[in-house]
Amino acid sequence: MREQLALLPGYLTAHLQLALSALLLGVLISVPLGVLVSRRGWLEQPVLGIVGMVQTVPGLALLAVMVPLLSLAGLPSIGFLPAFIGLLLYSLLPILRNTVTGLATVDQACIEAARGVGMTPRQQLLRVELPLAMPVIIAGIRTATVWTVGTATLSTPVGATSLGNYIFSGLQTRNYTAVLVGCVACALLALLLDALVRLVDVGWTRRRRGLLGLGLGVLGLLYAYAGGTLAQELLGARPAAITIGAKTFTEQYILAEILAGQIRQATGRDVRVVQSLGSTVAFDALRSGEIDLYVEYSGTVWATLMKRAGKPPDRAAVAAAVVAFLRDRHGIAVVCALGFENAYALAMRRDRAAELGVQRISHLASAAPRLAIGGDYEFFDRVEWQSIRESYGLEFRTRRSMDPSLMYQAVSQGTVDVISAFSTDGRIAALDLVLLEDDHGTIPPYDAIILASARLQSLRPEVIDALRALGGRIDDDAMRRMNLAVDQDGRSPGEVAREFLRGQAH
Amino acid sequence: MIEVDKLTKTFGSAVAVRGVSFRVAAGELLVLVGGSGSGKTTTLKMINRLIEPDSGTVLIDGVNVAAIEGHILRRRIGYVFQKVGLFPHMTVAANIAAPLRLSDQAPPGDDERIRQRVARVLELMELPASFASRYPAELSGGEQQRVGVARALAAEPRVMLLDEPFGALDPLTRDRLQQSFMEVRRRLGLTAVLVTHDMVEALLIADRIAVLHDGVLLQVGTPAELLQSPADPYVERLLMTPRRQARALDDLLAGQPAGRTP
Repeated sequence: MREQLALLPGYLTAHLQLALSALLLGVLISVPLGVLVSRRGWLEQPVLGIVGMVQTVPGLALLAVMVPLLSLAGLPSIGFLPAFIGLLLYSLLPILRNTVTGLATVDQACIEAARGVGMTPRQQLLRVELPLAMPVIIAGIRTATVWTVGTATLSTPVGATSLGNYIFSGLQTRNYTAVLVGCVACALLALLLDALVRLVDVGWTRRRRGLLGLGLGVLGLLYAYAGGTLAQELLGARPAAITIGAKTFTEQYILAEILAGQIRQATGRDVRVVQSLGSTVAFDALRSGEIDLYVEYSGTVWATLMKRAGKPPDRAAVAAAVVAFLRDRHGIAVVCALGFENAYALAMRRDRAAELGVQRISHLASAAPRLAIGGDYEFFDRVEWQSIRESYGLEFRTRRSMDPSLMYQAVSQGTVDVISAFSTDGRIAALDLVLLEDDHGTIPPYDAIILASARLQSLRPEVIDALRALGGRIDDDAMRRMNLAVDQDGRSPGEVAREFLRGQAH
Repeated sequence: MIEVDKLTKTFGSAVAVRGVSFRVAAGELLVLVGGSGSGKTTTLKMINRLIEPDSGTVLIDGVNVAAIEGHILRRRIGYVFQKVGLFPHMTVAANIAAPLRLSDQAPPGDDERIRQRVARVLELMELPASFASRYPAELSGGEQQRVGVARALAAEPRVMLLDEPFGALDPLTRDRLQQSFMEVRRRLGLTAVLVTHDMVEALLIADRIAVLHDGVLLQVGTPAELLQSPADPYVERLLMTPRRQARALDDLLAGQPAGRTP
C-alpha cells in the first residue's frame, strides 16, 4: 500500500494535467462553436451529429486510434498528445449540446428587450444570452468534467501517465491494492472537480460572490499547478532521459525495470519507464524515437511485422532474419537476446489432458470440435493461430478472447479446455497446466530481445553497451520465477527487478 | 417629429403592411389601433428598425432612420413592449442602467451619474428607491412593467415606442400605469407611438388615432374626429363597443338599468 501511495503524486499530477487541459480547450472550443451553431441553424444537425458520433466511439478505441493518426501527421504519437486529443474530443459533446440548448431556451422577450435598448449582436450575446444560458452550459461542463476524469484513465495504453497506470498494471500483475488506489483516487478527483464546478455554478446563479470566488480560486490554483508542471515537463531537460517502454503484461513490467536499473547502474543516466503500452503502440513508438528501448519477442516480429506464415525455419535463422529486417527496414538495433523464450503455446489442465490423452497439438484434432479454446485479445487474429489451425486442422467448438490475466483462471476452472498460454508465465506451473508439444513445428521461436531506437544508437551508444551485459542472463526458469513472484506472491515488478540486478552484481 | 412615408413590409407571400404613411408631431401621442394581423406592431417596429421595411421611409426630426445603424438608432428611442423583457440576471438598477451603459452618455466608470439617473426614473415611475437592488422576479407584473418603462426612459429619449405596454396587466394596475405614463409623457414632452388593440384605451389616451386593417391605414384622426365621422365601416365597427359601453355607463350613472336607452 505504501509503495502504491508513493506513486500517487506523479500519477495524480499527470492525470490532472491531462483532464484539466482537455477540459479547458474543450470549453474554449465548444462554447464558441455552440454560439456559432445556434446562430446558423443549418449547422446544428451536422455539427451535433459529428460530435455525437465521436462520443459513440468507445473511449479506449478513440484514444488508441489517435496514435496512428498522429504518426501519419508526423506528430508525437505516444504520450501526452494522443491522450489529450482523445479526451478533448470526448469533452466536446456535453458542453456543445448544452451551449446550444442553453442559448435556445433564453426567453425571447429578453432578446427583444436587448435589441430594443440598442445592444449590438455581440452585446446581446455577452450581456444577456450567455449569462442566461450559463447554468445550462455549466451543467454541460460538469458532465464533461466527470467523463474526462474517468476516461483519462485510458491514457495509459497510449503512453501517457495517468491514474490508469494503477489500474492497468494492477490488473495485469493481480495487484488489487493498486487497482483500488487508482479507482478511488480517480473517483475522488472527479468528485472534487465536479464539486468545484458546482460551486462556481451555485455562486453564479445565486449571486453568492464568496462561493463563486472559492470555486474559481481553487480551480485556478489547480490549473496553475497542472499548467506549471506540464510546462516544466514539456520545456524541461527531458530529452536527456532515456525512455523504456513496456507492454501490458507482468513480464514486460519486470524487464523494463531491469533495463532501467542496469542503465542507471552502468551509466548513471536518467531513465523513465512508460508502462502498459498497446502491443503495436510500443513498436510504433520505438520506430518514431518516442521511446528508446523495449523488449520484444523474435516470433512476434516474424509473424506480426514480417507477416511470415507457415512453418518457420530454425531458431538461428529466424533470429538472423529478424535482426536484418529491423535494421534494414526501420533502423532499429537488436541489442541482445536475454536468453529466454516466451512462446505462444497451447496449454491444458494436466488432468484434462490426461483424460483426453493429449500430449501434442496433433492429438487435439479429433477432440477439438467438443472443446473450447481461450486466447488473449490478439491471438485469434495472429498469423500464428492461422498457421496452427491450418497445420493441425483444428476446429474448436467455441473460442473466447479474454484478458491474458484471466485466461489461466478460465482454463484452471474448466471454463475453457485449452488456452494460448505464454510459456514463461509462472501460473503454468502454479496451476498445474501442461504445454502441448508443437509437433509440426508451426510456432516460431520467441526469443526475448532488447530493441533500441535509431536515436539511442547514435546519441547514447554507451547505453547500448551497458545493456549488452544482460545478454543471455535470464533463462526460461528465471523469468518464470520472477513472473510468479509478481503474479502470485504480490511483489512489485520494481522489487523483483532490483533483486535480479543485485544477484547479477555478485 | 416622426414622418412615416409609404412603409411596406412583406413576410414571405403575406403582405403585413402596405403603403402606410402618417406623421406624429413633436410631443404628440399617436395610437395605432387594429386587430391581430393588422400590421400595427410591424409598423411600430419599422420605426426603430427592429424590422427592416421592404420600402418606404421613416424620418425622425428630419433624419432618415435608414442612415443610422440600427443599434445606435434604438439607443435614442425608448422601447416598451407587453412581455416587458427585464433581464432576470440583473438588478432593477442594472436593468435600468443597461441602455445607459450602451450609449455614449455614460462612459464606464461614471457610476455616480448612472446612479442618479436610475434614482430619477424610478421616482418618475413612482417606484420606491429600495427597488434598485431587487431582482425582477421579486416584483409584481405591474411593478415589472413600471421598471420596463423606467428602463426605456433612462437614456432620456425624445421618442418612445410602446407595443401594447399595458396589455398583460389587471384593470386597476393598468389604469394606474396608464395615468403614470401619461403624466411622465406630458412632463418630458415625449413624442410617442403606442400600439393597442383596445379602442377604449386608444380613445382615452391618444392625441390622434391611426386605424390599421389588413396592413392598410384606414383613417387617422383625433378621437373626436373618429367618433364623429368614421371613414370606413371597419372603423365604425371598432367604435361600436366603446359607444355601447359609454351609453351603458351613462344609464347607470343616471340611475337607470344599463342598456335600456335605444
